[in-house]
Amino acid sequence: MRSLLTKVPALSALALVAALVGCGKKEEPAAPAAASAAAPPAATTAAGKTITLCWAAWDPANALVELSKDFTAQTKVNMKFEFVPWPNFADRMLNELNSKGKLCDLIIGDSQWIGGSAESGHYVKLNEFFDKEGIKITDFAPATVTGYAEWPKGTPNYWALPAMGDALGWTYRKDWFAKPELQAEFKKKYKHDLAAPKTWTEFKQVAEFFSGRQIDGKKVYGTYLFTERGSEGITMGVSNVLHPFGFKYQDPNKPYAMDGFVNGPDAVKALEFYKSLYKCCTPPGLTNSYMGEGLDAFKSGQVAMMMNWFAFFPGLYKDPNVGGDKIGFFVNPSDKGKGSQLGGQGISVVSYSPNRAEALSYIKWFASPEVQKKWWALGGYSCHKAVLQDPGFKASAPFAAEFLDAMDQVVDFWAEPSYAQLLLAEQKRIHDFVVADKGSAKEALDGLVADWKKVFKEDGKLK
Amino acid sequence: MNAPSSLAERAAQATPAPLARRVRGLSDRAIAWLFIAPTIVLLLAINIFPLIWTVRLSFTNFRANRPNAEVLGVGIDHYVNILTDPDIWGPMQATAHFLFWTITLQTLIGFGLAWLIDRKFRGHGFWTTVILIPMMLSPAVVGNFWAFLYQPQIGLFNYAVSFFTGIAPSSFEMLGSVKLAPWAIVVVDTWMWTPYVMLICLAGLRSIPDYIYEAAEVDRASPWRQFWSITLPMVLPFVMLAILFRGIENFKMFDLVNLLTNGGPGSTTEVVSITLKREAFEKWRTGYSSALAIILFVAVFGLANIYVKALNAVKNR
Repeated sequence: MRSLLTKVPALSALALVAALVGCGKKEEPAAPAAASAAAPPAATTAAGKTITLCWAAWDPANALVELSKDFTAQTKVNMKFEFVPWPNFADRMLNELNSKGKLCDLIIGDSQWIGGSAESGHYVKLNEFFDKEGIKITDFAPATVTGYAEWPKGTPNYWALPAMGDALGWTYRKDWFAKPELQAEFKKKYKHDLAAPKTWTEFKQVAEFFSGRQIDGKKVYGTYLFTERGSEGITMGVSNVLHPFGFKYQDPNKPYAMDGFVNGPDAVKALEFYKSLYKCCTPPGLTNSYMGEGLDAFKSGQVAMMMNWFAFFPGLYKDPNVGGDKIGFFVNPSDKGKGSQLGGQGISVVSYSPNRAEALSYIKWFASPEVQKKWWALGGYSCHKAVLQDPGFKASAPFAAEFLDAMDQVVDFWAEPSYAQLLLAEQKRIHDFVVADKGSAKEALDGLVADWKKVFKEDGKLK
Repeated sequence: MNAPSSLAERAAQATPAPLARRVRGLSDRAIAWLFIAPTIVLLLAINIFPLIWTVRLSFTNFRANRPNAEVLGVGIDHYVNILTDPDIWGPMQATAHFLFWTITLQTLIGFGLAWLIDRKFRGHGFWTTVILIPMMLSPAVVGNFWAFLYQPQIGLFNYAVSFFTGIAPSSFEMLGSVKLAPWAIVVVDTWMWTPYVMLICLAGLRSIPDYIYEAAEVDRASPWRQFWSITLPMVLPFVMLAILFRGIENFKMFDLVNLLTNGGPGSTTEVVSITLKREAFEKWRTGYSSALAIILFVAVFGLANIYVKALNAVKNR
């Protein structure tokens, strides 16, 4: 037995040596994934088959379930849905794609995933399919095509069909704003009417005005801002201030040149402004909060204004307590310029799906103007021009006009294959400065530039 | 023929003839190998092989989310980068703070509780069960539960502090404040795991024979003297064992911190396991995170070995 016990480490050591010898060599790159070339879709679909669509668990997903019943009725292809709560959505789905899982036939993935998913062969390239089926990508709003479908950006290579337009917007307590005594007090103090703010200066005035005030016997606060640390929350939130103040990800004339754009004086001023808003006017305890906490704070009557995705506004408008006429909506305020953080997603066919023909037939069905109109009517944000350019669109919902304005000024985060590294670096730098009071805004942004440069150097995009 | 007398003989007779023929040809050593082989295979497959594979990956630029990218050897670059990265010392310090205070508090309170429970007062069995409840809960439940308790506007913890000190409940944030958040996770871990330390200490206290105390009584030793000369030395190996278990467990603490603060505010409570998870499964730097995992493994393994030697020395005294 003793000799047996001495043999186990010996075997392990042998395996260790074998493993180490192997790693010095260049390994053969994996065979290109099937998705990297557009595979022609099968001509027919099999009735009675079931395909699975993966997305986040939120209000629009329920609308999609309702909408998809028409697809099943028309094609006899059954639909199954895999909805994952937002905090786990990226982890769960990217693990699924990276492990070449067959759970999802269709996926409505985040806009930032496009680069990585295209280059890793997770998504089927749709150009040939679009050409063959007469689907015109130009029928969709240009910002959504760039944001949700293209990789590399600005090139006609499509990996998704714009499915759910979204951007960060604002909702506010119209009933509080309308109180005559508050109107009078605000006007006396700031020399203009208490109304939905159009600029960040006005925004801060309104936020400060409401903070600490007693309304209906309850202490309220000016605004709700995203501060979430783990995934993308604080980055999404701060982008809504950074871009209007003049922040840019890179020199428009020199890709990946970030000095002076990411950490220039405008960006520093914007970051300081976001922190000042967080300090002056948000409810206590919201130090790691994203969409859900925002909805809770707003629905419970804690805040006068809430930052959140347009996708939540149909549900909020229907809310029996704070919905309807009690609330209004406004597009992200401007400063030097305009800008709203892009949300939303495109729908892609997963290259590992054994049901590619059925999945493609769903995309074809979803792209039709009639389906897109119903999608909007059910609470999904269509990106189709047939919906957005309809003369009646702006009046079709109380937030429709603001949504259109927002989609005209959207800016998205990096969609590079290394987006996760870039995002987590920003999460850390911004949260350290805004919430944890660590260093100055300039130091945070200088650190961010250094982090991003390191990532791009590792990727061979910067020398 | 006589009836078989021993169990071995009965077993030999009950063995089917074909199997008996096959086994008869094997030596004792071969039979030992036969029995131990499944365990060895499992151990190699789920422990040793992944460890070796991790070591291998730590010398490459491999990323699990880029299956099509070329995998290149990078030598010891990852190790050098980690050990020279000033940002890595933040998580290390957060881990050290968490480890030191949780172990100190859990040992002191756990031993104190065990000593009290060992008095065998009326209802001590009931109170032992009550004290053990936090340890039986899932860390996911405890994390969420305490996140609510710490909520500055509706949390009971803030109201309790307010009741005793007069400070307004919403004037401080246990999880959102840079100064308080590291202590908030220490409090929760101590609440949850002190019973575990108590249980081990209680086993130690109960293992001390009564006649030693009786002899001390005869020698007119004071209770204090009995404690220092009998209780503490005899229970020390148990306490050290509890410290070892809690130390290893808390060095890799992830669940509670993830649920309570997710490493925040900023990076204040980002312990190394959170950093490791972010590097491995969010940034997908598989090679780099493998190197970090190996460094942590070597550190824990080395420290645990030194500690076990000290523990043995105490036991053999």
